[in-house]
Amino acid sequence: MRIALLLALAALFVAFPLAFPWLAFVFTLVISKGFAALGVAVLLRAGLISIGHALFYSLGAYTVAYLSRGAGVTDLILQLAGAVAVSSLVGLIIGLFMVRYRGIFFAMLNLAVSMVFFTLLSKLYALTGGTDGVRIGTPTLFGTTIERDTLESILLYGGLVLAFGVGYLVHRYLKSPMGEALPAVETNEIRLEYLGIAVPRVLLAAYVASAGLAGLGGAMYGLLVGHVSPELAYWTISGQLVLVAVLGGIGGVVGPFVGAFFLEIIRSFAVIYFDNIWNLIIGAGLLIVIFFLPRGLYGLIERATQRGPRR
Amino acid sequence: MTAPLLSVRDVHVSFGGVRAADGVDVEVRQGEVLAIIGPNGSGKTTFINLCTGYVKPHAGSIHLEGRDITRNTPRQITKLGIARAFQIPQLFTEHRVIDNLMLAVAARQGFWQVLAPLDQPAHRQRATALLEMVGLQDQAESDVATLPEGIRKLTDIALALALEPRLLLLDEPTAGVSSGEKFPLMDRLMNVLRSQGVTAVFVEHDMDLVRRYADRVIVWNQGKVVADGPPDEVMNDPAVLRDVVGVI
Ligand SMILES: Nc1ncnc2c1ncn2[C@@H]1O[C@H](COP(=O)(O)OP(=O)(O)OP(=O)(O)O)[C@@H](O)[C@H]1O
Ligand SMILES: [Mg+2]
Repeated sequence: MRIALLLALAALFVAFPLAFPWLAFVFTLVISKGFAALGVAVLLRAGLISIGHALFYSLGAYTVAYLSRGAGVTDLILQLAGAVAVSSLVGLIIGLFMVRYRGIFFAMLNLAVSMVFFTLLSKLYALTGGTDGVRIGTPTLFGTTIERDTLESILLYGGLVLAFGVGYLVHRYLKSPMGEALPAVETNEIRLEYLGIAVPRVLLAAYVASAGLAGLGGAMYGLLVGHVSPELAYWTISGQLVLVAVLGGIGGVVGPFVGAFFLEIIRSFAVIYFDNIWNLIIGAGLLIVIFFLPRGLYGLIERATQRGPRR
Repeated sequence: MTAPLLSVRDVHVSFGGVRAADGVDVEVRQGEVLAIIGPNGSGKTTFINLCTGYVKPHAGSIHLEGRDITRNTPRQITKLGIARAFQIPQLFTEHRVIDNLMLAVAARQGFWQVLAPLDQPAHRQRATALLEMVGLQDQAESDVATLPEGIRKLTDIALALALEPRLLLLDEPTAGVSSGEKFPLMDRLMNVLRSQGVTAVFVEHDMDLVRRYADRVIVWNQGKVVADGPPDEVMNDPAVLRDVVGVI
């Protein structure tokens, strides 16, 4: 049943952009944000709210920019892999420090570090192009140059395949002892230590994974938009990622993608038809989810498609 | 005589003005079942907290088979073979009973697997066997958050057993367990411990249980060990009867 539901969602992602080409951009953005929100959701499983993951999101995009301009690495796959590697590594370094904190301290420290990063991006003009940001050229794929239009298709359909692959790996991780220990960190950290489990190590693994996911999403974003500026590291983006994760549902892998879908679709339509109130719609949606849908929008979809036993 | 498994020497700790351990000397011998009795607030739980590194003594030392563990963390001490069950059950309340057990089994058998499921046959079998030891086989799929106190207590004990410790510290294992279930539970528990050669220390308020299951009893009062010996001897001591058993 769940597989059928996933395939239906995937079919929707393939079919609609064929009918309405402008949706290809929006859907790719959904996948990109979905990856980053999934990273945030992994930490939320342990009750840790990061309001700083825009750091890793923008780091992914800047890594692609640097690879293509500074290092001459033009291959799309190498760029994505490089972005994941760099953001995971930075996640490891920052994570070593973060895993000692819980609750509001964890949230605020992530915010603080990301704002330092935002400032560096803006000030270090020679390295980052300052507030104007940097252009990201169209990459090559297996040595062949590709057109801008082709790139969009590759990012959408390739991104979809990647979402399934990476999503499956994250699913496996969440069901593994290390993944199942995450909610246990929130409910009873002391008992985990009394089972001989090193909680900081459990959290560090989660932090690195979440940073890598956010970096992957950011790299996709950079390639899609063809430009990256410090704005992408601003705290509002971090907040949006948390919002997307909670909106979609943090229990599983699909939720954050559903949340990203909801956000981007509403934004696309609202900007056209009722410019001023789209924030209001998102806010109301979030309130409804928090009060009535503990498992997020994806939980709702799942429930709606599950039939009770028939007599 | 063989060297003691655990030896606690002249340990002091106080909280504010309260002396929870005031020059405590205790030796736990290999293979024995040692009961700790004493009035409320006399420092029994603190003793377990000290032995497992949760509370650090202000003075004194604690050795496990000659190895100094006075400054070690609960995790390090767990790894060295001391497991502990809590007076107030400490469980993972967002998980089912069986998941709680499987986490403990995984902690023992190899925890750092990223892609292998927690719920794998080896973990589930062992977890189920542990639940049978405490008589909870029918509760495997229950959510921990909804369970009555007695069942949570048993789950907590099963978590400690999952670690296959050399030394098991039980803090009032039968508190919250219905009176008809106390003896059957202790029977099962003692069978498991004896068959695996596990040394055990249990804090207990029920004197009938102490008489029946303990090889030795130590009596706690106001942070001090006031008596130490075989159950029939200690528990017929007039001073102990007056100051401790009488007020429990
Ligand atoms: N972490 C702590 N902080 C402050 N005081 C504490 C702490 N732990 C124990 N105490 C105090 O130390 C004394 C001994 O407490 P402890 O829990 O060891 O007693 P106990 O013998 O286990 O009692 P009970 O039979 O009620 O479980 C009590 O007065 C208690 O209030
Ligand atoms: Mg106590």
